[in-house]
Amino acid sequence: MSFLKGTFGCLLLALAGWACALTPEQALRIAEGESDDRIAALNAAAATRDAALVPYLQALLADEVKLAGGKALIVRGDDVVEAATGAKATLPDDAEDVVNNNRMRQALEGALAAFNLSSPDREVRAKAIADMKDSVDEGLADLLDKAASAETDLGLKAQLELLKATALISSPDKAKRIAAATLLAGSADPATGALLAAKLDEEADAEVKAAIRRSIDTVQARLAWGERLGVLFTGISLGSILLLVALGLAITYGLMGVINMAHGELMMIGAYATYVVQNLFREYLPAAFDWYVIAAIPLSFFTAALVGAVLERTVIRWLYGRPLETLLATWGISLILMQLVRTIFGAQNVGVENPSWLSGGLQVLPNLTLPYNRLAIMAFAALVLIGVTLLINKTRLGLFVRGVTQNRRMAACMGVNTARVDTYAFSLGAGIAGLAGCALSQVGNVGPDLGQGYIVDSFMVVVLGGVGQLAGAVYAGLGLGVLNKLLEGWQGAVLAKIMVLVFIVVFIQKRPQGIFAMKGRSAEA
Amino acid sequence: MALSSPRGTLLGPKGWTGVLAAALVIGVLIPLLNLAVAPDSAFHLSEYYVSLTGKILCYAICALAMDLIWGYTGILSLGHGVFFALGGYGMGMYLMRQIGREGSYKSDLPDFMVFLDWKDLPWHWAWSDSFVLQMLLVIAVPGLLAFVFGFFAFRSRIKGVYFSIITQALTFAAMLLFFRNETGFGGNNGFTDFKRILDMPLNTPGMRVFLCVLSGAVLIAFFLMARMIVNSKYGRVLQAIRDAETRVMFTGYNPVAYKLSIWTLSAVMCAVAGALYVPQVGIINPGEMSPAASIEMAIWAAVGGRATLIGPIVGAFFVNGAKSWFTVAFPEYWLFFLGALFIAVTLFLPHGIVGLLRKKGERS
Repeated sequence: MSFLKGTFGCLLLALAGWACALTPEQALRIAEGESDDRIAALNAAAATRDAALVPYLQALLADEVKLAGGKALIVRGDDVVEAATGAKATLPDDAEDVVNNNRMRQALEGALAAFNLSSPDREVRAKAIADMKDSVDEGLADLLDKAASAETDLGLKAQLELLKATALISSPDKAKRIAAATLLAGSADPATGALLAAKLDEEADAEVKAAIRRSIDTVQARLAWGERLGVLFTGISLGSILLLVALGLAITYGLMGVINMAHGELMMIGAYATYVVQNLFREYLPAAFDWYVIAAIPLSFFTAALVGAVLERTVIRWLYGRPLETLLATWGISLILMQLVRTIFGAQNVGVENPSWLSGGLQVLPNLTLPYNRLAIMAFAALVLIGVTLLINKTRLGLFVRGVTQNRRMAACMGVNTARVDTYAFSLGAGIAGLAGCALSQVGNVGPDLGQGYIVDSFMVVVLGGVGQLAGAVYAGLGLGVLNKLLEGWQGAVLAKIMVLVFIVVFIQKRPQGIFAMKGRSAEA
Repeated sequence: MALSSPRGTLLGPKGWTGVLAAALVIGVLIPLLNLAVAPDSAFHLSEYYVSLTGKILCYAICALAMDLIWGYTGILSLGHGVFFALGGYGMGMYLMRQIGREGSYKSDLPDFMVFLDWKDLPWHWAWSDSFVLQMLLVIAVPGLLAFVFGFFAFRSRIKGVYFSIITQALTFAAMLLFFRNETGFGGNNGFTDFKRILDMPLNTPGMRVFLCVLSGAVLIAFFLMARMIVNSKYGRVLQAIRDAETRVMFTGYNPVAYKLSIWTLSAVMCAVAGALYVPQVGIINPGEMSPAASIEMAIWAAVGGRATLIGPIVGAFFVNGAKSWFTVAFPEYWLFFLGALFIAVTLFLPHGIVGLLRKKGERS
């Protein structure tokens, strides 16, 4: 509201020269009586485009107008003036407050916004159009028409035309109604769909009804696209998170055969590392606070990788080849890590803020906004995926990891220090989990239980994708994410999750080794 | 590895003495100390310990079931919690109906249904008024679920870690399902505030002791049954499947039938434990189905000693005894202890406490 007031101030200065009089009768009619009459009077006054109306409307909205002796008075503290003339007045004891209901308020705001339509500033005009959306009626149609013909910005002009159509849809003139209904088909705003549906019920004329129905179909078809794309986007977004989570698992489980139930807790460590970096930046480098995420990425990787290396050296090393025991031992590790974090940081969730460049979103369609943080995570997941693929396929370390996976003894005979390769590979998997945690801290809650929510999902991704393959994890992660969101839109979150689990169990029946099975001749396969 | 007694006899003389001693403690000593000894006497066993013992006896049944499937057949289930909870829910439904009109809404329907504005009992509550039929469900539903799930899983030769993860997904999915109000199992809160069983009040010392003794009797019966199973030819095949499944297959056995039958039996044992557990603790909610609860069952068996029948029982008592002590004395350290237990047992005690004791016995 303060924004509006400011612009009105400027506007008033500019227009001060030709302010013609708001008559006391007009002022009174706007302030007194039934809402319908008041709105009619308001629209009549607004149509004159008299700038003297502006302070009066502002006063009405601020509840500063009182009625006394057939006159509207503006009361600001001890300062009392007559609304129409601006002359000083005294406040009689019997003055009554003017009460505005919500409908009246909307009409007042709409009328105020109408004055802004001729502002030279594009932003002000755009805001005025947005403000008027809820309160247009036929009385404003002429004004909108004038504004539309004067408008130079094409985007705003189209919006004004739509607004005019919205105003005219209630016109008593049948031809105007049909024209308006046809024009409204160009809108992609969910509100237009609702408006048209409401008008369809009120409409008596068959011809107009048909026109409205056609427009509703067009609008809804357009909206449906927005929704479909939205589902697809959230699906891919969830899929990219699952992919990040599953990439680490694909290395520890897929390549090394280690079931790491503490994977989720390594993610949690990455998320808490991000939290610590955020706090350090806030404390010591507030000027660069927006860039803390960049610093947090390597730190969360190395923290988690370090924890991973320690775990491998102390516990997991002794359990190679005994997957069930590994499962239990890593479960124990996850319990300890969770409790450790609870002891250090407390059991409550901690707050991790998005930096300003990750807040907000990209508006693609009126009902589809893509949040920047989710877009960033998709890009991040893609980068991590490329990095890991290169690391495994193109570097010496990757060669060793693959060699040890395929034939440990032979690799050892060729002089590979298999024990060290194991440690490196496991910490790499742990580090990627840390990166996943860093990414998750930007979209969800950070708490000691963070990892628990993802562990079942991420194992499903690995199981579905198949062991020993990175490509499997990619397809399975994205596929599960999109499938989950599609089913969620259809059946709700919980049932969707259950259906996905059932789907996986059934899928495993058909392809026990996942989408991409390693081909081999072993009877155990 | 197992205490193999001579073929044809169930237990050796030492074994029978042990069973008799356990039966005496549970059947005579606990009731006497709780009911007959005056409350201010040093020998009085408080109600807290009676219900704790009853609870742990139920857990011990679960551990025994885990041992049959994991210790003897080599299939690690991370989803036995779902069978335990289903048995518990089956009993809970009966107990909810026994409340009658004494709920806070004074309605014929259980309170949570009134709260959800339901007018009739849902179809799956049809048998909940009859104790016999409902107990049939307690066994049939988890048994059927285990059978169907196991049939599909074993038929497509899902094994090892894959199977463990799929069972974990099973219990996780069931938990999500039971959290929903629409499922008709009380949602988040589950069932509680039980008043009666078989028209007898639940909250009396006599009933508490009776349920504890009953759990003990069931445990001993299951123990003897498990003993019979592992000593039989069927049991030998199970152990052969654990050690070298492919070889068993190539020798002409079909492992699916063996695995499926022991898996279903183990699930039913857990369900019975759940049904005994609920009237003693007075509440059942979807938390029992959480993956963490199921994985804890595995640790009971592992701590005591897999592939011995007494081990899991010892393990259940040790872990849960420690849990109830820790959560009172040092609540924040319990998870550290439990986590360390997981690691220590897998690294240093592959045969559990029983294995450790036996080794000591051999040395001396």
